[in-house]
Amino acid sequence: MTFTLEEIYETTNMILHQNLDIRTATLGINLKDLIDSDFESFRRKVYDRIVSHGGKLIEQSGILERKYGIPIVNKRIAITPVSLIMESHCSFEKYAQMAETLDIAAKDAGIDFIGGFGALVQKGMTRSDRMLVDVLPEILSTTERVCAFLNVGSNVSGLNMDAVNLLGGMLKKTARISASSVGCAKFVVFVNAPEDNPFMAGAFHGVGEGDATLNIGISGPGVVKSVVEKNRDCDLTRLSEVIKGTVFKITRSGELIGRELAAALGIHFGIVDISLASTTATGDSVANVLEAFGIEKIGTHGSTLALALLMNAVKKGGAMASGNVGGLSGTFIPISEDAGMIEAVQCGALGLDKLEALTAVCSVGLDMFAVPGDTPDETINAIIADELAIGIVNNKTTGVRIIPAFGKKAGEMIQFGGLLGTVPVMKVNPYSAKAFLNRGGRLPAPVTSMRN
Amino acid sequence: MSKELVFITVIGADRKGIVATVSNFLYESNINIVDINQRIMTDGYFIMTMLADIVDASISMDALCAGLEKVGNHLNMKIQVQHENIFKMMHRI
Repeated sequence: MTFTLEEIYETTNMILHQNLDIRTATLGINLKDLIDSDFESFRRKVYDRIVSHGGKLIEQSGILERKYGIPIVNKRIAITPVSLIMESHCSFEKYAQMAETLDIAAKDAGIDFIGGFGALVQKGMTRSDRMLVDVLPEILSTTERVCAFLNVGSNVSGLNMDAVNLLGGMLKKTARISASSVGCAKFVVFVNAPEDNPFMAGAFHGVGEGDATLNIGISGPGVVKSVVEKNRDCDLTRLSEVIKGTVFKITRSGELIGRELAAALGIHFGIVDISLASTTATGDSVANVLEAFGIEKIGTHGSTLALALLMNAVKKGGAMASGNVGGLSGTFIPISEDAGMIEAVQCGALGLDKLEALTAVCSVGLDMFAVPGDTPDETINAIIADELAIGIVNNKTTGVRIIPAFGKKAGEMIQFGGLLGTVPVMKVNPYSAKAFLNRGGRLPAPVTSMRN
Repeated sequence: MSKELVFITVIGADRKGIVATVSNFLYESNINIVDINQRIMTDGYFIMTMLADIVDASISMDALCAGLEKVGNHLNMKIQVQHENIFKMMHRI
């Protein structure tokens, strides 16, 4: 036999018992060529393209799932940033209608989330970008599948603080008018947003992309945890090595599915995003991986080091396994989608300050966490700006997905259900940065941007 | 002659008739068994793998998966069918 029994058992065991799956196959599609002065015709063409691509994505994913016995959990679509294609239809009503079209098209195609309802505003906002922000509370609260994003900074542009200053009010309104404040879970604000990120809510099809491209997001906290548990007494270098080897294998499965799925769809294979992505399933938690390292609870002293070790090993293993690594390729540490993170917040081991510190070594940012509903707008803006400053200064992507939980106080829980899970409301610092943030304008790009 | 190889992995508690039942299903589907191996793993699971050539199979991959799932349920074992490419990708550079 060409493979040993141990090798076959290892792969099968990963799938059957350690939650190995392809977390997402995200098809990015260009909509720029569909722009039409006749708005009804424009909407119809957008609908047709999404439904036709989405249908094929689901059909071909199913064939590969059966061929390799590996689940492809989410099949999604990312589109050209909507503010770009709506420039000549810049009204509240038309934005709302386009969002409705996207929502219905996603539903009819069998796609659970469609990403790209967003804008790139790192240096300034067009009239269309501004309209998009104004319409977001309504879109996020009335549509089911539409995901939104804003890119408000980059290490070459600095940080557009005027754009950030719009977000606290927008998010609180969204939280107030959507059930369980869930609308906020479908919006991410970024700096250095990648154009090929396959993960929602921040996926979009960048302007530098072709007509269609397939990007893959892998999974694997359960698999990594299992291998860490088998290496309880090894030193840090050895621990890093065993994780690297495991992540290599996980990423290879993503590379295989990506190559074959793109070929079956007759499109370009983009990237594999090597982020470890937790889910609400038991044992599929990044926090639990760090706890298997020997950290009693994530959030305590030593957690940042542990996460740095994990990140480093994941990147090295993943980089070798794929022809093109891209997207976010960090490690997600959302509160709501990770049972270990929720537990750490509830027992007091993890607070917002330490969460921010963790994001400095793991990329991706402050994800799916809730703050009290009466948090002042400018405090929300300040939390966002702090996180984004980390991204700009350290040359990496950071994002924030914050839920100002309407009517809830610190310590209470919000139930989203399904993929989004539950989330405890975290305490915020009571002191204000209002006077500083109100200065507005743009944070200049760091000196590291001057490389030419 | 070209081959299309899949690994059929059977996992669960050891019992009589596993090889016979799975082999019989493959024979009826005109699938040739190329290699076969079995062992009790260190974690206590019984594992049996068959490398099978499905190039002349009388049923589709979907039907093979569904049929073996039924066989697995009958034996109270988990049966997984996977094209060999996934093992090549994960275990060979």
